[in-house]
Amino acid sequence: MRNAGLLVQALRDPASLADPDWSGLIAAARAEQLLGSLAVRLEGMKLPAKIATILEAARRDSAHARTQALWEAEMARRALVPTGIPVILLKGTAFHAAGLDAHQGRSVGDLDILVPRERIEEAEAALIAAGWERIKSAEGYDDLYYRQWMHELPPLIHRDRDRMIDVHHTILPLTARPTPDAAALIADSVVLDGGLRVLLPADMIVHAAAHLLADGDLAGGLRNLWDIDRLLREFAADPGFWPTLVERARRHQLGNAVGRALRLASRLYGTPVDHAVAGRARWSDRLFAARLLARNGWGQERRKALRFAFYIRSHWLRMPPLMLARHLWTKARA
Amino acid sequence: MRNSLALQIGPVAFRVGSVWRAPIEALAGLYAGYPAPEDGICDFTVRLEPEKPWRRWLRPSVAIQGDYILPDAAPLPLGMGLLAAEMGMNLQMALGQKRYLLLHAASVEKDGRALILTGESGAGKSTFAALLGERGWRLMGDEFALLDLETGMLRAFPRAVSLKNGAIALMEREVIPTRFGPRLDGTPKGSIRHMRPDAAAIARMGEGARPALLLFPRFGAAEAVRPVGQAEIFMRLTQASTNYVALGAAGFDALTRLVSTIPSAAVDYPDTDTAIGLVDELWRQAA
Repeated sequence: MRNAGLLVQALRDPASLADPDWSGLIAAARAEQLLGSLAVRLEGMKLPAKIATILEAARRDSAHARTQALWEAEMARRALVPTGIPVILLKGTAFHAAGLDAHQGRSVGDLDILVPRERIEEAEAALIAAGWERIKSAEGYDDLYYRQWMHELPPLIHRDRDRMIDVHHTILPLTARPTPDAAALIADSVVLDGGLRVLLPADMIVHAAAHLLADGDLAGGLRNLWDIDRLLREFAADPGFWPTLVERARRHQLGNAVGRALRLASRLYGTPVDHAVAGRARWSDRLFAARLLARNGWGQERRKALRFAFYIRSHWLRMPPLMLARHLWTKARA
Repeated sequence: MRNSLALQIGPVAFRVGSVWRAPIEALAGLYAGYPAPEDGICDFTVRLEPEKPWRRWLRPSVAIQGDYILPDAAPLPLGMGLLAAEMGMNLQMALGQKRYLLLHAASVEKDGRALILTGESGAGKSTFAALLGERGWRLMGDEFALLDLETGMLRAFPRAVSLKNGAIALMEREVIPTRFGPRLDGTPKGSIRHMRPDAAAIARMGEGARPALLLFPRFGAAEAVRPVGQAEIFMRLTQASTNYVALGAAGFDALTRLVSTIPSAAVDYPDTDTAIGLVDELWRQAA
C-alpha cells in the first residue's frame, strides 16, 4: 500500500474490497483518524474475524467518544448560560449534537465553539470561572499573537476533565485574505433542542472547506474531506441547498475553497456535487489529491517535498510576507 | 518497511517494522516459536524509525513510532532496538487497546483459574510471576492482564518477560540460556534482559482463565498478609489500568464485576521462597 488510495476506496465503496492489505488499511485509517468511520462503513459486511473484532472495538470507542463530546458541549453550555452569549458548536461536536450522518464514527478531539467577537472576553472569563485554564502564558508572544491575529482564543483546557476548548469568533485567521462574515454565521445559525446552536448547513460546508483548504497544510485532510462528503450527501436532499451554498460561499469570500473542496470530494470519494458550484477541474487539483493521499500502509507520511510545499503554502495563506518574516524572526529568537 | 516481523501474542497481533535489520533479528530470536497472526492481519503496527534522517547511519537513534505514539518519548540508541520494539508494543496496548480492560499486572494460571498479581512498579510482580511460571503455573503475562469486557475472563498475553537488574541473575539460575535475549545495560530502567516464557505458556496462549485470586505483592518487607477492602481494590486497579477511563461504562462494569467476585489480599514478602509459600497457602484458601 503505497498511498492512502485503499483507505479512500474502502470508505467510498466498501463492497469493492477484494482481499485487501488489511493491516495496511487499519494502520492508514488510524493515522488519518478514520478508523471509526471505516468501522461504520464496513459494518454488516462479511469480514475476516480479526477485522470484525478490530472494527467492533472501534465502534465501541466511537460511541464513548460521542458521549464525551456531547458532555463537553453541555459543560460549556452550562458555563455560558448565565452570560446569555449564543454558543455555536463547530466541526465534529456539531455533527454529533445535530445528529448529522457525518457524526457516525467521527472522532472528536477538542471542543470548538463560535461566539460573537465583541463578547469573546466575557465568554473566556465565564469558562475560566467554570474550571477551564489557560495553557499558554498570558503575557507571552503566543498569547499576544492569538489575540491579535487569530480567529480563536489561545486554547483553554479543563482542569478536571483534561479536555480542550477552542473559542472562535470567526472561521479564518484575521491575517488570511478572505474575510468571512462572522456576524452572518452567527445570525443564521440554527438552534438545537437544549439551546446550543450549529451553523446553517451551507455555512458548515463553507467552514469545512475553509478549514481544509484555506487554513493549514492539509495534514489529516482525508478526514476533513470525508466530513464534507457525508455532509454534502445529506444536505443535497434539500433542493434549495446548492443555490444557498453558492450565495454563502460568496458572502464569506470562500468560493474558491468551496469549489476546490467539492471537486476533491467528488474525485476521491465520488461525492455527487453540483458541477456548476464545483467549477472546472484544475490541474492543481491533482497536487491537492496527491497531498491528501500521502500516507502508506505502514501509517507513514510519504512525499516529503510535496508535504513541505503545502506547509509553506499554509503560512503563505495565513500571513502577508512581511508579517510572516517578523513572526518567524520572533519565534526564532524565543 | 524494509525489515519486519508479525507476531501473535495471546489475542493480539503486532507487526513491527524497522529500517534496520538488527532489532527485527533480535525480536525474531527472542520470540522464536511464537505463531504468526491468523490471516496475516495485525491489530497494531510499531515502526522503528531514525529520529532524524541522518541518524539512520550516523550514531543511529531509534524513534518509537506506530499507530499510537507518545510525542515526547526519548529515542534509544540502535543497540537497544529490541527494547524499543518492546516499548512500542506496550505503547500500542496502553493507548490503543479498546477490546479488553488492561491492568498493569502479572498473571499466572492453574486448573483454568487465574492468579492476578498487581502493584506499583518495582514491587516485584514481574519476577514473581516469572518464577511461578517455572514452578508449575502457566505464565499468562508479566506486564498486562487483559480482562475481557463481555465475559469477565482473563486472556493470556505471554510477551517476553522484562527482567530488571537483580531479577536477571535470579532467573538465569532457573532457566536455560536459550530463552534469554541479549542483556541490555544502561537503559533508562537500568539493566534489562528479556526472557521467553516456557513452551507451554506459548502453546496455550489462546486459552483464557477465570480470575480466582488477586494479590498485591510487595517485596522487601517482613512477611505479612492483610485484607484489602473492595473500594480500595477498585481504586488501586483504576490506577493500575491504562485504559479504564478510555473504556467508559464498559470498563467500569468489567472492573466492578472483577472486584466484587474474587478474593484478594496484600502480601508482603522478604524473599521469593516466602512469597511462593504464601501464594500456595492463599491459593488453597481461595479454592
